[in-house]
Amino acid sequence: MKSSVHIIGYEFELEKYASFSPQTQRRLAQNREAARKSRLRKKAYVQQLETSRLKLVQLEQELVRARQQVSHLIKYTTQPNGAGIGTFEMEYAHWVEEQHKQVAELRRALQAHVGDVELRMLVENGLNHYANLFRMKADAAKADVFYLISGKWRTSVERFFLWIGGFRPSELLNVLLPQLEPLTDQQHAEVCTLRQSCQQVEDALSQGIERLQQTLSQSMALDQSIGGSYRVQMAAAIEKLEGLESFANQADHLRGQTLHHMARILTTRQAARGLLALGEYFERLRALSSLWAARPREPT
Amino acid sequence: MEKVMGLASENGLVIFSKSSCCMCYAVNMLFQGIGVKPVMYDIDQDPEGREMEKALMKLGGAAAAGPVPAVFIGGKFMGSTNEIMSAHLSGQLVQMLKPFHHSMS
Repeated sequence: MKSSVHIIGYEFELEKYASFSPQTQRRLAQNREAARKSRLRKKAYVQQLETSRLKLVQLEQELVRARQQVSHLIKYTTQPNGAGIGTFEMEYAHWVEEQHKQVAELRRALQAHVGDVELRMLVENGLNHYANLFRMKADAAKADVFYLISGKWRTSVERFFLWIGGFRPSELLNVLLPQLEPLTDQQHAEVCTLRQSCQQVEDALSQGIERLQQTLSQSMALDQSIGGSYRVQMAAAIEKLEGLESFANQADHLRGQTLHHMARILTTRQAARGLLALGEYFERLRALSSLWAARPREPT
Repeated sequence: MEKVMGLASENGLVIFSKSSCCMCYAVNMLFQGIGVKPVMYDIDQDPEGREMEKALMKLGGAAAAGPVPAVFIGGKFMGSTNEIMSAHLSGQLVQMLKPFHHSMS
């Protein structure tokens, strides 16, 4: 048995020990003490490692939790007024659905030759619906103006015709007019004046945006990487980009005003026909976008 | 405020602007497109620019997108981009500018 051998060995050691000189005995005692201390230090070290490892696991878990919290915060609180881009896309999808319903209503009402009172109501609804869209877009512009003016939220063909985040107001008049004939001479004159004013405002806004592009590009082309001038350059550029929101809002203001004045110049029936024409036009553009995406192509 | 009103009354058509403001440029282009040449006054180039900006903010009210552009016709404050666009589409702007036309548009 090991223990009896150990005891025998120990006794043997004891006997041997007793025969050693005092100096040797002292040295041996010192060696034993050193070995004991060494074992204790090793034990303490290992214990420290264990504690550290546990601490590390704990920290790792905390980090994972903190990361989750941050990503949650970013997802739900970066748009302070609640109108994030996700919200906008959802609201716009509903807007398009509602638009579709209103267009169908207008078609039915005009075919059934309903009275002016009912038509007036449908026209008001239609104009309000566009006003709602412009309000939604104003909120979206605050959240992400580049998203808005890129037209990412519109179908491909609509995007092709895009002017500052939406349809071109002067183009709108071109779409409407053929549908509204015959107009009285008075109406004709008023529409021509409106068309000219609309074009002038459109041109002014276009020139403003072009200037923004040019001046921004010029300022970005300068190498101001030395010292504090980089910060100044970037701060000035940010201020410029903030001006984009104004352009997006004014473009929508122009669209709304154009619709409003058209409705004012036209009779109720003409206005209803105009809104129907406009609604159908956009439906066709959207349909074209879908057909284009689904068109048969040569296998590559 | 006195400086703003002073400058406004000295000139028939004044647009208070900032040198970096592209919307101010757009409004200027609109006026030129209809045949008038407004006086553009850059408040950021004026030593009293800060006070002028405050005065313009007061005139513009809470609805204004910013102190500039601020348009004065015949010494009277007409508003900012929004008001000018609306006035033009309704035909009012051309009426108001009749005394200042240097060419027909």
